[in-house]
Parts: sequence; C-alpha cells; structure tokens
Amino acid sequence: MQTKRTIFPNKALPYLLLAPQLAITSVFFFWPAGQAIWQSFLREDAFGFKTTFVGLANYTALLSDPNYMSSLQVTAVFSVCVAVLSLGVALALAVAVDRLIRGASAYTTLLLWPYAVAPAIAGVLWWFLFNPTIGILPYMMEMVGYDWDHSLNSTDAMILVIIAASWKQISYNFIFFLAGLQSIPMSLKEAAAIDGAGPFKRFFTITLPLLSPTSFFLMVVNVVYAMFDTFGIIHATTEGGPAQSTNILVYKVYSDGFIGLNLGSSAAQSVILMAIVIVLTFIQFRYVERRVAY
Amino acid sequence: MVENKPWLTALAHLVLILGVIAVAFPVYVALIASTRAPDEFMSGLIPLVPGPHALQTYWELLTTGASTSGAPPLGPMMLNSLVMALIIATGKIAISILSAFAIVYFRFPFRQFFFWMIFITLMLPVEVRILPTFKVVADLGMLNSYLGLTVPLLASATATFLFRQFFLTVPDELLEAARVDGAGPMKFFRDILLPLSQTNIAALFVILFIYGWNQYLWPLLVTTDTGYYTIVMAIKRMADVADGLPYWNYVMAAAVLSMLPPVLVIIVMQKLFVKGLVETEK
Repeated sequence: MQTKRTIFPNKALPYLLLAPQLAITSVFFFWPAGQAIWQSFLREDAFGFKTTFVGLANYTALLSDPNYMSSLQVTAVFSVCVAVLSLGVALALAVAVDRLIRGASAYTTLLLWPYAVAPAIAGVLWWFLFNPTIGILPYMMEMVGYDWDHSLNSTDAMILVIIAASWKQISYNFIFFLAGLQSIPMSLKEAAAIDGAGPFKRFFTITLPLLSPTSFFLMVVNVVYAMFDTFGIIHATTEGGPAQSTNILVYKVYSDGFIGLNLGSSAAQSVILMAIVIVLTFIQFRYVERRVAY
Repeated sequence: MVENKPWLTALAHLVLILGVIAVAFPVYVALIASTRAPDEFMSGLIPLVPGPHALQTYWELLTTGASTSGAPPLGPMMLNSLVMALIIATGKIAISILSAFAIVYFRFPFRQFFFWMIFITLMLPVEVRILPTFKVVADLGMLNSYLGLTVPLLASATATFLFRQFFLTVPDELLEAARVDGAGPMKFFRDILLPLSQTNIAALFVILFIYGWNQYLWPLLVTTDTGYYTIVMAIKRMADVADGLPYWNYVMAAAVLSMLPPVLVIIVMQKLFVKGLVETEK
C-alpha cells in the first residue's frame, strides 16, 4: 500500500481517528452481515419459538424453488435491459453534445437532473404516465390497438419498471460518456478525417474502441444499479407482481423477510446477493487497476 | 469538431431535443397534474395544460396535509428529509476524512487490516442486509429517531477512498514544512489539509446530500411514527389507496415537492456535482 515519505509518529492518535468509522462499520455492517450468514443456516418456525440448525438446507431449498429461479431470471432480464437501454440512449446523447460547440452546456444541464430524482419517485412518475385508466401512454397505445395493463400483463409490468429505471440512470451514464469522449484527443479524429474517414466511420473505428473502458465500467455499474438500487421503483409501482414477474432478488429478500417472515430463506438470499455484489465489485476493481496501469 | 457538416450538427440538436423532452416529460405531466382538481382525472385522460389549483394544492399538502387521503402534512416530512440528508452528508464526510487522514499520514499496527475492513463495506449495500441491520437498530432502540435514520448509513468506503486518493497527491513538502514549524498532526489537518480539500468536500457533499434525501427503503423500515416520515417514503403511502382512486393531484404535487430540493442542488452545483461524481467512482 502506498504511503507517505514523512508521517506523524503518534501511536494512539490514528486509532482515535479511525474509531468512528470502524465503530459504525462493525456495528452496522459486519455484525449484521455475520448475523445474516449465521441465520442462513437456521430455520425458525413462524412464531419464533424454536430455532434449529439446518445447515445448507435453506440454500438447497432456494435453489430448487421455482420462485427463486424465476426471480433470478427476472433480475437478469431486468438488469440487462436497463443497462442496454440506458447506456444506448446516454451514448447517443453524449456523442451529440460532444459534437456541438454552442449550446452544449445548456443541454448538459437539461439532461443532468434526473440523477437527483429518487428511484421511488421515478417509479411513481412513470406509473402515473402508464396508468391504464388515465395515463397518457396507454391512451396513445390504444390508438394503435394495444391494450396496456401493467397490473395484469407481466410483459407490460416489466416494460414499465425497465423504462422507469433506465430513465433515472441515463443522466449518470451521460456524464461518464461525455467525460470519456472529451478525453479522446482531437488529433486522432483529425488524422482519420485527413485519411478520408467520414464521421460514422470515425465513430465506429476510433471513438467507440477508445470508449470501451468507460463502457465496460458503466456496464458493471449499471448492472449493480439495476440489481440493488431499484428497490424503490419496484416497491412503489408493481410490488413484484403481477404473478412475480417483476420480483427482482432485492425485492424478494425484503418481501420474504419482512412480509413473509421466512427469516432463514431471506438470510440465505442476502448471503447469495452479497456474493454477487462481491464478484461484481471485484470485476470492477480489476478493471480500474488495469486502467491505472495504462 | 473535425469538419463542418451542417446536417450532422442539425442531427445532434434533434437527438438532444428529443432526449431533453423524453427526460422532462414525466415531470412535466406531474407538474400539470398537480395544478388540477381531483375530479378532473375521472374523464379518462390526463390534461396536458395547467389548471388553476396549483397554489391551493401545494399549500394544503404542506400545511394541513391531504386529510381526505389520510396523509399527514408534508412540510414536516420535508424537514425530516432535510435533516436526514444533512446529517448523512456531513457525517459521512467527517468520519471518512478522519479515517483517510489516519490511513495516509500514520503508520501503525493493523493499518492494512483496517484499510481492508473499510474497503469491504463497499461491497455491502444496505439493501442486501436489511433484515439483520434492522434487527441491530431495533435492539439498540434506535427505531423512530434521527439516529436510527442516519447512523447505519454513515460509513462510506467511497468517500474514504476519495480522500485517500487526494491526500496521496498532496506534496510531502507541505508536511515537512509544517513539522519544521512545529505543527502537530491535528494542526496540520486543520490548517493545511482541510483547506486543500475544500473542492472535494463540496463535490462530495452534493452527491451525499442527494443520496441521503433519496433514501427510501431504510426510512420505510425504521419509522412507524409519522413524525419521522421522510417525503420520499410518504409518496408511496399516498399513492396506495385501499379502495378507490388515489388523489392524483396530491400524489403528483408531493412527487414534485420531493424532487425539488435535490434537483435544485444539482442545477446550482452542476460543476461540483460532475467533478465529484466522476472522481468518487474512479
């Protein structure tokens, strides 16, 4: 680990400085995480009278539970769709802003602010727009003959949460794409232009490959976002329904634990989720290290 | 721009205008809905031009609350959100700048170990371990309090890393000069490091304020007393009407109110926000 040439000699002071962070981390991160792991090996009856150690039974039960498997699948579809949609739109917008000389900062401001909207609020806004009886979008869809109802139709519900989640994430991706685009040296594009490459050819042969580290980083961040930060969107709109079709893993931990009171299963799900986050974070850091080495 | 192609510039403007419209449309509709009377939503389509009820709706919501839909006033809730966001932002910055200072400027046993202990919390978002964390907070008697709302969210690995990265770029000569002048560690921290970190602190503050304001699941769990409700979590309760239709004008007005402070913060602090975001995620 990197360190300074000159340091302070104090012995007790650094511990004192670290104490607040370590105290909070221990009480609210490590203790509960440990509890989750321990609880995932236990089975408690519904009234909390008796707790038995059941080993890996909670995990095997989960992995053979079709509900859990469908939730895994729903999460995968949801995160991939959100990542692709929000990355695609954000890239188009960033490329457009990068091209402009005048008005670029005005557009940037106008595209930035959805970052500040809470996921739950984003969900409510789109829920309103898509409301089957009074919403404006179902009204327009009816004109082309589509009968929208996200409270009954699984696909409609999925589309609703994907759009709400992507809408909120576009501004985030936009900032990073714009920063990435602006760090590409102009001389490369000029050289290609002199060689006769048109704007689209330049985009696909120069800009896109040079943006690939940013895109990869954003891909991971977006998947993490879709998996964990969209709880509010799901809870405020579909509550996992209809028929479990939008019941993503994070929501399932909550509903099985707090509503179903199935503590062992909820804890086992938490542990699996932690493992997923750790893998994703690891991938991200490997990549960051590589980028630093360049 | 490499060459001048007017049609490409026009295309760029077109893409951006469409983008801005797509981004703004839901909020526009919410704003319009909040200016209408509740019975105007029965007709079958949301109106798209403003109505005359804006002031009345917002005033009622903020002060008396929409008693017809069983919602308490939103004014105090916004205050709760503000308190929560401010405590989280300042608290996170304070504890992480101190621990970054300890990690960079001292050498002590277990330094590496503590560093990794903080590092690993990066990987455990609160959503993942809600049930056991809730239990800890309940056991500590912190339900329905500002402490319960904020303290469990205070530890932040990202902020610690941001400050650590920044401290590593501060020239060693500054510390040497300070030591020659006889300054102790806390004096060095206060008189040299803190002023140098000003922009970083401000940028981080913007991001953490929004993070705190937008918390949803956590306040939902730890508050049952309406006196501690935050505005973001209250929306869901307003929109969930057991039977009958929600009062859309109130729900949308509440949505607008809950977005207003963080959106204002971003627009006013745009530069700092972008800088902070790009740096924290690096």
